Amino acid sequence: MSANLQKVYLYSRYERFWHWFQALLILLLLATGLEIHGSFALFGFERAVQVHNFLGLTWLVAFAFFVFWLFTTGEWKQYVPTTKKMLEVVRYYLFGIFTGQPHPCPKSQDAKHNPLQRLTYLTLAAALLPFQMATGLLYYLYHSWKELGLTGFSLGGVAVLHLIGGFAVLIFLITHLYMTTTGHTVFTHIKAMFTGWEDVARPSDAAEWEKRGK
Amino acid sequence: MAKGKRLWIFGATTFALASVLLHVLLAAPIAATGPAAKPSEANKAPGRALAQNAVMAPGGRWTTVDHSKLEALQKPFAKPEEVTAACLSCHALAANQIQHTIHWTWLCDNCGDGKNIGKGGKTLNNFCIAVPSNEPRCTSCHIGYGWKDKTFDFTDKNKIDCLVCHDTTHTYDKFPTGAGNPVSEPKLFPEDGKTYQPPDYTKIAGKVGLPDRYNCGYCHFYGGGGDAVKHGDLDSSMTNPKKSLDVHMDVEGLNFTCQRCHTTKEHQIAGRLYTTPAAPERLSLTEADLAAKIACESCHSAAPHKLNTKANDHTSKVACQTCHIPEFARVLPTKMRWDWSTAGKKNPEGKPFKTAGPLGKPIYDTKKGDFTWVKNVIPEYRWFNGAISSMLVTDKIDPNKLVTLNQPIGSANDPQSRIMPFKRHTGKQPYDKGANTMVIPKLFGPPESDAYWAKYDWKKAIAAGMAYVELPFSGEYGFVETEYFMPTTHMVAPKEQVVRCEQCHSRDSRLKNVPGVYMPGRDASPMVTGIGWVGVIGSLVGVGIHGAARVVSRKKRENKS
Repeated sequence: MSANLQKVYLYSRYERFWHWFQALLILLLLATGLEIHGSFALFGFERAVQVHNFLGLTWLVAFAFFVFWLFTTGEWKQYVPTTKKMLEVVRYYLFGIFTGQPHPCPKSQDAKHNPLQRLTYLTLAAALLPFQMATGLLYYLYHSWKELGLTGFSLGGVAVLHLIGGFAVLIFLITHLYMTTTGHTVFTHIKAMFTGWEDVARPSDAAEWEKRGK
Repeated sequence: MAKGKRLWIFGATTFALASVLLHVLLAAPIAATGPAAKPSEANKAPGRALAQNAVMAPGGRWTTVDHSKLEALQKPFAKPEEVTAACLSCHALAANQIQHTIHWTWLCDNCGDGKNIGKGGKTLNNFCIAVPSNEPRCTSCHIGYGWKDKTFDFTDKNKIDCLVCHDTTHTYDKFPTGAGNPVSEPKLFPEDGKTYQPPDYTKIAGKVGLPDRYNCGYCHFYGGGGDAVKHGDLDSSMTNPKKSLDVHMDVEGLNFTCQRCHTTKEHQIAGRLYTTPAAPERLSLTEADLAAKIACESCHSAAPHKLNTKANDHTSKVACQTCHIPEFARVLPTKMRWDWSTAGKKNPEGKPFKTAGPLGKPIYDTKKGDFTWVKNVIPEYRWFNGAISSMLVTDKIDPNKLVTLNQPIGSANDPQSRIMPFKRHTGKQPYDKGANTMVIPKLFGPPESDAYWAKYDWKKAIAAGMAYVELPFSGEYGFVETEYFMPTTHMVAPKEQVVRCEQCHSRDSRLKNVPGVYMPGRDASPMVTGIGWVGVIGSLVGVGIHGAARVVSRKKRENKS
């Protein structure tokens, strides 16, 4: 099987930076957020709030850059959801993975995400993270709602939405971490996210529709 | 690739610039003013700077008269009333001013309910319960001479006691059971073991001046019948407090007198708390320098902390006192509970007795019942707009429920209300079992009277007290649980001892009983939290099973091949 592997450059420098920067922000935001929520004491409430606010605002800027990158490079096309091969991928993770079958969608530079990943990352980038940013910013600006003309919100309501989003991110994180172990070896995917290069099964049978336009 | 590299460098630079910009606009102060930041003149809390400027003016107390040189005061005085007459011979308007103050009437004149509110009215507390019928004992703290019963003439100008407030020698004493009179011969008061001396009126009158903490404290530190009994934030430790006890009255520092905040005009002293809020308008000195400067905000502004710190967002909902008075009774213990129902026990010799408690204060007294004394008390918190409503002795009660004798007025929806700390004193005191109303018992009186402390008979004592205030008494009495609130506003601690965020922002919050406000850390929905953690654990279990299955199936395949 190893003879059938080839090194593919999957993740550009910006992507890798964005990924790990985002990972750091998420971990710290989760830790400080759960402390503010009252789940444990780590930094102390005051420091946790300061750090959480600071990172939240940092995130807003970083995310704007991510969106800019996504559209200027055309990478957004890799996030367009599809049902094609979806069943095969689901079947692979439910059954095939236990019987040593090959992944139905090997990665290539132009087709980094399988249909399940497309759907997951699209949900994350276009729904969950913006939702967290919106509820977080609203929470942060609570004291200026009147001046900003924002009416009809309750602090408790905003807080509970932000909490739900936070738990969703934590659940994503757990699943995501686990899924990184499903590569050729346990660390293949993680290594690729550091170096950019991944060992991928040859030959790429990515269909034309999966590929990013040139 | 080169194009990509340029884009990358461009992007990184822009990101850095944009981040800095956004943080400067929205959050820079958060980072710059964290607890680790060193305080410097530049980033000092503006509210402190403002208040410091307000009290920085040199001069202080000065006068244009030496009273000891005045002819009217250079004579021997046989009676205190003669001193008053001498005072009024120059201070011609003073008597009229005094006789319109609550210090004189012990009645709230603008509470709009026919002079029922006040110590001299029909309100009650759960310390010594009420003044009427007990005057000679209680009125030792009246600014007058001889209010021993209903016959006291409140229009007699010479009955005004100028000296108790204006004596700067601190030698003037009123006898505890003398209806406000000092003694004319040295006299022992057995209860405190102190011999009271007749005042040297000529010397004292020659040295009169503006009141200081000793003068106000002469009564206000001893409310409820003794030092530190009543308020919790006012006791004799406040006569010369250290900075750790009160940053404003610190005897080695700012050394504020009471009037520095309780501003006074024509003998009317600001800060009384009955039905009208003490400070209805939250004005600062810069908005109106003649406003009653009773609130912290008057000097410190509504955004007193360092710029853009979260603490400034709290001032619309939380009173300054809530964070800045972490505990009251920090030097002397204060009484937190008074159970009258156990009073009247006698020792084996058949005599009244007292039992000493661990804090150096009696925990039982035949005359008064059981007490609980506590030091370093964490206050209770209530919404408060500055006004307090009091029930009257004539109001119907439910004896099976806690009777609230007075309560702070305010709510989360009222923009004038803040969360405020209170001393909540609980007690058990007599009520009219037949009529379900509270009662005013006669406690103090000569041995032949029906006073409780004379005969230890509640029925007679209540009958005597109620007859005195011309109210009915069914003849049946019981004891009912009561509570009584006093705002905690003195004993402002140094900023290092301020209440920490998590003392309120936690499940076990100091504010756990304060409704109507969402507080991060206190209020998150337990259901959402529960579902959230179930989801987290579920996903952990899910990936665990999936991972284990992968390991097992791989082993099986390897064994087969």
